[in-house]
Amino acid sequence: MKHKTIIVALVAISVLSTVPAMAETPVYELSIKDHMFEPALLEVPQGQKVKLVVKNLDATPEEFESYELNREKIIPGNSKAVIFVGPLDAGEYPFFGEFNMETAQGRIIAK
Amino acid sequence: MYSALLIVFREILEAALVISIVLVATRGVAGRGRFVAFGMGVGIAGAILVAIFAETIAGMFAGVGQEVFNATILFLAVAMLAWHNIWMAQHGRELASNLKSVGAEVAVGTKPLYFLSVVTGLALLREGSEIVLFMYGLTASGNGASAMLTGGLLGLLAGTALGIALYFGLLRISARHLFAVTSVLILLLAAGMAAQASQYLMQAGYLPEYAPLWNLNGILPLNSLPGQILHALVGYVPSPTAVQLVFYIATATLIFVGGKTLGRASAFEKRIVR
Repeated sequence: MKHKTIIVALVAISVLSTVPAMAETPVYELSIKDHMFEPALLEVPQGQKVKLVVKNLDATPEEFESYELNREKIIPGNSKAVIFVGPLDAGEYPFFGEFNMETAQGRIIAK
Repeated sequence: MYSALLIVFREILEAALVISIVLVATRGVAGRGRFVAFGMGVGIAGAILVAIFAETIAGMFAGVGQEVFNATILFLAVAMLAWHNIWMAQHGRELASNLKSVGAEVAVGTKPLYFLSVVTGLALLREGSEIVLFMYGLTASGNGASAMLTGGLLGLLAGTALGIALYFGLLRISARHLFAVTSVLILLLAAGMAAQASQYLMQAGYLPEYAPLWNLNGILPLNSLPGQILHALVGYVPSPTAVQLVFYIATATLIFVGGKTLGRASAFEKRIVR
Protein backbone atom coordinates (compact mmCIF):
# COMPACT_ATOMS: atom_id res chain seq x y z
CA MET A 1 0.00 0.00 0.00
CA LYS A 2 2.84 2.32 0.95
CA HIS A 3 4.74 1.44 -2.23
CA LYS A 4 1.70 2.21 -4.38
CA THR A 5 1.45 5.67 -2.86
CA ILE A 6 5.10 6.34 -3.56
CA ILE A 7 4.80 5.19 -7.17
CA VAL A 8 1.71 7.32 -7.74
CA ALA A 9 3.50 10.32 -6.24
CA LEU A 10 6.55 9.80 -8.43
CA VAL A 11 4.42 9.49 -11.54
CA ALA A 12 2.52 12.64 -10.61
CA ILE A 13 5.75 14.56 -10.07
CA SER A 14 7.24 13.46 -13.39
CA VAL A 15 4.04 14.28 -15.24
CA LEU A 16 3.81 17.69 -13.60
CA SER A 17 7.42 18.47 -14.40
CA THR A 18 6.71 18.06 -18.09
CA VAL A 19 3.67 20.35 -18.08
CA PRO A 20 5.56 23.32 -19.58
CA ALA A 21 6.77 21.18 -22.45
CA MET A 22 3.33 19.78 -23.14
CA ALA A 23 1.58 23.18 -23.35
CA GLU A 24 0.47 24.08 -26.89
CA THR A 25 2.15 27.48 -27.07
CA PRO A 26 3.84 29.00 -30.12
CA VAL A 27 7.61 29.15 -29.87
CA TYR A 28 9.73 32.19 -30.72
CA GLU A 29 13.51 32.19 -30.85
CA LEU A 30 15.92 34.83 -29.67
CA SER A 31 19.69 34.66 -29.84
CA ILE A 32 22.37 36.41 -27.89
CA LYS A 33 25.51 36.95 -29.91
CA ASP A 34 28.37 39.29 -29.06
CA HIS A 35 26.24 40.62 -26.20
CA MET A 36 23.42 41.66 -28.52
CA PHE A 37 19.95 40.24 -29.05
CA GLU A 38 18.97 38.87 -32.43
CA PRO A 39 16.38 39.89 -33.43
CA ALA A 40 16.28 43.09 -31.40
CA LEU A 41 12.60 43.53 -32.32
CA LEU A 42 10.37 40.52 -31.85
CA GLU A 43 6.73 40.51 -32.91
CA VAL A 44 4.33 38.27 -31.06
CA PRO A 45 0.54 38.00 -31.22
CA GLN A 46 -1.30 39.87 -28.50
CA GLY A 47 -3.46 38.06 -25.99
CA GLN A 48 -1.58 34.80 -26.38
CA LYS A 49 0.89 33.00 -24.18
CA VAL A 50 4.14 32.42 -26.05
CA LYS A 51 7.28 30.43 -25.36
CA LEU A 52 10.57 32.22 -25.86
CA VAL A 53 13.62 30.09 -26.49
CA VAL A 54 16.63 32.29 -25.86
CA LYS A 55 19.92 30.88 -27.14
CA ASN A 56 23.06 32.30 -25.63
CA LEU A 57 25.65 31.89 -28.38
CA ASP A 58 28.26 33.73 -26.33
CA ALA A 59 30.59 31.89 -23.99
CA THR A 60 29.72 34.10 -21.01
CA PRO A 61 26.43 34.07 -19.08
CA GLU A 62 23.73 36.66 -19.68
CA GLU A 63 20.65 37.60 -17.71
CA PHE A 64 17.52 38.13 -19.77
CA GLU A 65 15.47 40.70 -17.90
CA SER A 66 12.43 42.87 -18.46
CA TYR A 67 10.52 45.00 -15.98
CA GLU A 68 7.50 45.39 -18.26
CA LEU A 69 7.29 41.64 -18.76
CA ASN A 70 8.22 40.74 -15.17
CA ARG A 71 10.89 38.35 -16.41
CA GLU A 72 14.34 37.58 -15.08
CA LYS A 73 16.44 34.58 -16.09
CA ILE A 74 20.14 33.79 -16.17
CA ILE A 75 21.30 31.97 -19.29
CA PRO A 76 24.71 30.33 -18.92
CA GLY A 77 27.15 30.62 -21.80
CA ASN A 78 26.58 28.38 -24.79
CA SER A 79 23.18 27.24 -23.60
CA LYS A 80 19.55 28.11 -24.11
CA ALA A 81 16.65 28.97 -21.85
CA VAL A 82 12.89 28.64 -21.98
CA ILE A 83 10.89 31.68 -20.85
CA PHE A 84 7.11 31.87 -20.98
CA VAL A 85 5.70 35.29 -21.80
CA GLY A 86 2.18 36.66 -22.02
CA PRO A 87 -0.67 36.81 -22.77
CA LEU A 88 0.21 40.43 -23.51
CA ASP A 89 -1.92 43.43 -24.33
CA ALA A 90 -0.96 45.21 -27.55
CA GLY A 91 2.12 47.34 -26.99
CA GLU A 92 5.87 47.41 -26.73
CA TYR A 93 7.76 45.60 -23.99
CA PRO A 94 11.49 46.34 -23.67
CA PHE A 95 13.90 43.71 -22.46
CA PHE A 96 17.64 43.76 -21.86
CA GLY A 97 20.63 41.67 -20.93
CA GLU A 98 21.50 42.83 -17.45
CA PHE A 99 25.10 41.70 -17.66
CA ASN A 100 25.72 43.74 -20.83
CA MET A 101 23.16 46.51 -20.67
CA GLU A 102 24.91 48.87 -23.07
CA THR A 103 24.57 46.51 -26.02
CA ALA A 104 21.98 43.88 -25.08
CA GLN A 105 18.69 45.66 -25.68
CA GLY A 106 15.52 44.58 -27.41
CA ARG A 107 11.76 44.93 -27.55
CA ILE A 108 8.85 42.59 -27.84
CA ILE A 109 5.99 44.09 -29.86
CA ALA A 110 2.60 42.55 -29.25
CA LYS A 111 0.02 43.17 -31.94
CA MET B 1 33.29 49.79 -14.44
CA TYR B 2 29.94 51.46 -13.72
CA SER B 3 27.91 48.58 -15.05
CA ALA B 4 29.70 46.20 -12.70
CA LEU B 5 29.20 48.63 -9.84
CA LEU B 6 25.48 48.96 -10.52
CA ILE B 7 24.81 45.28 -10.96
CA VAL B 8 26.68 44.19 -7.84
CA PHE B 9 25.16 47.10 -5.90
CA ARG B 10 21.63 46.07 -6.85
CA GLU B 11 22.11 42.45 -5.85
CA ILE B 12 23.93 43.23 -2.63
CA LEU B 13 21.34 45.86 -1.69
CA GLU B 14 18.54 43.32 -1.77
CA ALA B 15 20.41 40.96 0.53
CA ALA B 16 21.75 43.71 2.79
CA LEU B 17 18.33 45.22 3.47
CA VAL B 18 16.84 41.85 4.37
CA ILE B 19 19.73 41.02 6.69
CA SER B 20 19.59 44.46 8.33
CA ILE B 21 15.91 44.14 9.09
CA VAL B 22 16.16 40.70 10.68
CA LEU B 23 19.18 41.91 12.66
CA VAL B 24 17.19 44.85 14.01
CA ALA B 25 14.28 42.56 14.78
CA THR B 26 16.55 40.34 16.89
CA ARG B 27 18.70 42.96 18.56
CA GLY B 28 19.49 42.19 22.19
CA VAL B 29 19.23 38.48 21.60
CA ALA B 30 22.42 36.78 22.71
CA GLY B 31 24.47 34.94 20.12
CA ARG B 32 22.62 36.13 17.05
CA GLY B 33 25.85 37.34 15.45
CA ARG B 34 27.07 33.78 15.16
CA PHE B 35 23.88 32.66 13.46
CA VAL B 36 24.06 35.51 10.96
CA ALA B 37 27.72 34.88 10.26
CA PHE B 38 27.05 31.19 9.78
CA GLY B 39 24.20 31.98 7.41
CA MET B 40 26.46 34.34 5.46
CA GLY B 41 29.16 31.72 5.11
CA VAL B 42 26.77 29.04 3.96
CA GLY B 43 24.97 31.48 1.67
CA ILE B 44 28.15 32.59 -0.08
CA ALA B 45 29.43 29.04 -0.43
CA GLY B 46 26.03 28.03 -1.76
CA ALA B 47 26.03 30.95 -4.21
CA ILE B 48 29.30 29.74 -5.70
CA LEU B 49 27.92 26.21 -5.97
CA VAL B 50 24.73 27.43 -7.61
CA ALA B 51 26.76 29.46 -10.08
CA ILE B 52 28.92 26.46 -10.93
CA PHE B 53 25.88 24.26 -11.43
CA ALA B 54 23.77 26.99 -13.07
CA GLU B 55 23.46 25.10 -16.32
CA THR B 56 22.48 21.85 -14.62
CA ILE B 57 19.88 23.57 -12.48
CA ALA B 58 18.54 25.48 -15.46
CA GLY B 59 18.07 22.30 -17.43
CA MET B 60 15.99 20.60 -14.76
CA PHE B 61 12.19 20.55 -14.89
CA ALA B 62 12.09 20.75 -18.68
CA GLY B 63 14.19 23.90 -18.81
CA VAL B 64 12.63 25.85 -15.95
CA GLY B 65 14.78 24.51 -13.14
CA GLN B 66 16.09 28.00 -12.33
CA GLU B 67 12.57 29.28 -11.75
CA VAL B 68 11.64 26.32 -9.58
CA PHE B 69 14.84 26.74 -7.59
CA ASN B 70 14.36 30.49 -7.11
CA ALA B 71 10.70 30.12 -6.18
CA THR B 72 11.54 27.42 -3.65
CA ILE B 73 14.22 29.56 -2.03
CA LEU B 74 11.86 32.50 -1.85
CA PHE B 75 9.00 30.48 -0.36
CA LEU B 76 11.39 29.07 2.24
CA ALA B 77 12.42 32.58 3.20
CA VAL B 78 8.75 33.61 3.39
CA ALA B 79 8.10 30.71 5.77
CA MET B 80 11.04 31.72 7.98
CA LEU B 81 9.95 35.37 8.13
CA ALA B 82 6.34 34.45 8.79
CA TRP B 83 7.43 32.14 11.57
CA HIS B 84 9.51 34.91 13.14
CA ASN B 85 6.58 37.33 13.18
CA ILE B 86 4.18 34.79 14.59
CA TRP B 87 6.70 33.61 17.15
CA MET B 88 7.30 37.19 18.27
CA ALA B 89 3.57 37.76 18.59
CA GLN B 90 3.30 34.67 20.75
CA HIS B 91 6.25 35.37 23.00
CA GLY B 92 6.05 39.12 23.01
CA ARG B 93 5.03 39.22 26.63
CA GLU B 94 8.34 37.71 27.80
CA LEU B 95 10.20 40.07 25.50
CA ALA B 96 8.39 43.11 26.85
CA SER B 97 9.66 42.62 30.37
CA ASN B 98 13.16 41.82 29.14
CA LEU B 99 13.41 44.87 26.94
CA LYS B 100 12.93 47.04 29.95
CA SER B 101 15.84 45.48 31.80
CA VAL B 102 19.25 46.95 31.14
CA GLY B 103 21.17 43.78 30.45
CA ALA B 104 21.45 42.61 26.87
CA GLU B 105 21.30 38.97 27.88
CA VAL B 106 17.75 38.05 27.16
CA ALA B 107 15.91 35.01 28.36
CA VAL B 108 14.64 34.71 24.83
CA GLY B 109 17.87 32.91 24.05
CA THR B 110 15.49 30.00 23.99
CA LYS B 111 14.11 31.38 20.74
CA PRO B 112 15.30 29.22 17.89
CA LEU B 113 17.67 31.54 16.09
CA TYR B 114 18.39 29.39 13.11
CA PHE B 115 15.72 31.27 11.21
CA LEU B 116 18.32 34.07 11.12
CA SER B 117 20.85 31.80 9.45
CA VAL B 118 18.31 30.52 6.96
CA VAL B 119 17.00 33.95 5.95
CA THR B 120 20.53 35.39 5.69
CA GLY B 121 21.82 32.38 3.81
CA LEU B 122 18.93 32.31 1.35
CA ALA B 123 19.24 36.02 0.62
CA LEU B 124 22.95 35.68 -0.12
CA LEU B 125 22.41 32.47 -2.07
CA ARG B 126 20.07 34.12 -4.54
CA GLU B 127 21.84 37.41 -4.99
CA GLY B 128 25.32 35.93 -4.66
CA SER B 129 24.87 33.40 -7.44
CA GLU B 130 23.94 36.18 -9.86
CA ILE B 131 27.00 38.15 -8.83
CA VAL B 132 29.29 35.13 -9.20
CA LEU B 133 27.96 34.38 -12.67
CA PHE B 134 28.24 38.01 -13.72
CA MET B 135 31.81 38.29 -12.42
CA TYR B 136 32.73 35.02 -14.08
CA GLY B 137 31.45 36.39 -17.36
CA LEU B 138 33.52 39.54 -16.90
CA THR B 139 36.76 37.78 -16.08
CA ALA B 140 36.23 35.28 -18.89
CA SER B 141 35.83 38.03 -21.46
CA GLY B 142 39.14 39.46 -20.29
CA ASN B 143 38.86 43.04 -21.42
CA GLY B 144 38.89 45.63 -18.62
CA ALA B 145 38.54 42.89 -16.03
CA SER B 146 40.36 44.79 -13.31
CA ALA B 147 38.20 47.88 -13.79
CA MET B 148 35.14 45.66 -13.61
CA LEU B 149 36.35 43.97 -10.45
CA THR B 150 36.95 47.37 -8.87
CA GLY B 151 33.45 48.40 -9.85
CA GLY B 152 32.08 45.22 -8.34
CA LEU B 153 33.92 45.84 -5.11
CA LEU B 154 32.61 49.40 -4.94
CA GLY B 155 29.10 48.09 -5.56
CA LEU B 156 29.55 45.63 -2.72
CA LEU B 157 30.68 48.40 -0.39
CA ALA B 158 27.87 50.73 -1.42
CA GLY B 159 25.20 48.07 -0.96
CA THR B 160 26.59 47.07 2.41
CA ALA B 161 26.77 50.72 3.47
CA LEU B 162 23.09 51.20 2.70
CA GLY B 163 22.26 48.11 4.68
CA ILE B 164 24.25 49.39 7.64
CA ALA B 165 22.55 52.79 7.31
CA LEU B 166 19.17 51.11 7.44
CA TYR B 167 20.23 49.12 10.50
CA PHE B 168 21.33 52.13 12.51
CA GLY B 169 18.50 54.23 11.15
CA LEU B 170 15.97 51.74 12.42
CA LEU B 171 17.66 51.52 15.80
CA ARG B 172 16.96 55.20 16.33
CA ILE B 173 13.30 54.37 16.57
CA SER B 174 12.22 54.18 20.18
CA ALA B 175 11.89 50.71 21.62
CA ARG B 176 8.14 50.94 22.07
CA HIS B 177 7.60 51.43 18.35
CA LEU B 178 10.47 49.38 17.00
CA PHE B 179 8.73 46.05 17.50
CA ALA B 180 5.76 47.16 15.44
CA VAL B 181 7.97 48.73 12.77
CA THR B 182 10.14 45.64 12.30
CA SER B 183 7.09 43.40 12.30
CA VAL B 184 5.58 45.44 9.49
CA LEU B 185 8.87 45.50 7.57
CA ILE B 186 9.24 41.74 7.88
CA LEU B 187 5.64 41.22 6.82
CA LEU B 188 6.18 43.35 3.71
CA LEU B 189 9.49 41.61 2.97
CA ALA B 190 7.74 38.26 3.08
CA ALA B 191 4.86 39.50 0.92
CA GLY B 192 7.30 40.87 -1.67
CA MET B 193 9.21 37.60 -1.75
CA ALA B 194 6.03 35.60 -2.22
CA ALA B 195 5.03 37.86 -5.12
CA GLN B 196 8.46 37.43 -6.67
CA ALA B 197 8.21 33.67 -6.30
CA SER B 198 4.90 33.78 -8.14
CA GLN B 199 6.64 35.73 -10.91
CA TYR B 200 9.09 32.87 -11.36
CA LEU B 201 6.28 30.35 -11.42
CA MET B 202 4.51 32.35 -14.16
CA GLN B 203 7.78 32.57 -16.05
CA ALA B 204 8.00 28.79 -15.84
CA GLY B 205 4.48 28.41 -17.16
CA TYR B 206 3.24 26.86 -13.92
CA LEU B 207 0.88 29.70 -13.02
CA PRO B 208 -1.56 31.46 -15.35
CA GLU B 209 -0.78 35.00 -16.30
CA TYR B 210 -2.71 37.96 -17.64
CA ALA B 211 -1.62 41.42 -18.61
CA PRO B 212 -0.15 43.64 -15.90
CA LEU B 213 -2.75 45.69 -14.08
CA TRP B 214 -0.87 48.96 -14.27
CA ASN B 215 2.46 50.26 -15.52
CA LEU B 216 4.52 52.63 -13.40
CA ASN B 217 7.72 52.17 -15.39
CA GLY B 218 7.50 55.78 -16.53
CA ILE B 219 6.99 57.12 -13.00
CA LEU B 220 9.06 54.91 -10.72
CA PRO B 221 11.25 52.58 -12.77
CA LEU B 222 13.08 49.70 -11.16
CA ASN B 223 16.45 50.85 -12.44
CA SER B 224 16.46 53.88 -10.16
CA LEU B 225 17.70 54.00 -6.59
CA PRO B 226 14.28 54.62 -5.01
CA GLY B 227 12.81 51.89 -7.18
CA GLN B 228 15.51 49.42 -6.13
CA ILE B 229 15.11 50.25 -2.45
CA LEU B 230 11.33 49.95 -2.64
CA HIS B 231 11.70 46.67 -4.48
CA ALA B 232 14.05 45.26 -1.86
CA LEU B 233 12.04 46.54 1.11
CA VAL B 234 8.41 46.06 0.13
CA GLY B 235 8.59 44.10 -3.10
CA TYR B 236 7.62 46.98 -5.36
CA VAL B 237 7.31 46.15 -9.06
CA PRO B 238 6.24 48.75 -11.64
CA SER B 239 3.82 46.57 -13.58
CA PRO B 240 2.43 43.76 -11.46
CA THR B 241 0.08 41.10 -12.70
CA ALA B 242 -2.99 39.94 -10.82
CA VAL B 243 -1.28 36.74 -9.65
CA GLN B 244 1.61 38.69 -8.12
CA LEU B 245 -0.84 40.95 -6.31
CA VAL B 246 -2.80 37.98 -5.02
CA PHE B 247 0.33 36.35 -3.63
CA TYR B 248 1.40 39.64 -2.08
CA ILE B 249 -1.91 40.41 -0.40
CA ALA B 250 -2.54 36.81 0.64
CA THR B 251 0.89 36.47 2.26
CA ALA B 252 0.59 39.80 4.06
CA THR B 253 -2.90 38.92 5.27
CA LEU B 254 -1.93 35.44 6.42
CA ILE B 255 1.03 36.69 8.42
CA PHE B 256 -0.95 39.56 9.90
CA VAL B 257 -3.90 37.38 10.86
CA GLY B 258 -1.59 34.64 12.07
CA GLY B 259 0.16 37.07 14.37
CA LYS B 260 -3.08 38.42 15.75
CA THR B 261 -4.82 35.13 16.34
CA LEU B 262 -1.87 32.99 17.39
CA GLY B 263 -0.25 35.68 19.45
CA ARG B 264 -1.20 37.91 22.26
CA ALA B 265 -0.18 41.05 20.45
CA SER B 266 -2.55 43.49 22.08
CA ALA B 267 -1.46 42.49 25.55
CA PHE B 268 2.14 42.92 24.51
CA GLU B 269 1.56 46.37 23.10
CA LYS B 270 -0.12 47.50 26.28
CA ARG B 271 2.88 46.44 28.32
CA ILE B 272 5.30 48.12 25.97
CA VAL B 273 3.45 51.41 26.13
CA ARG B 274 3.71 51.32 29.93
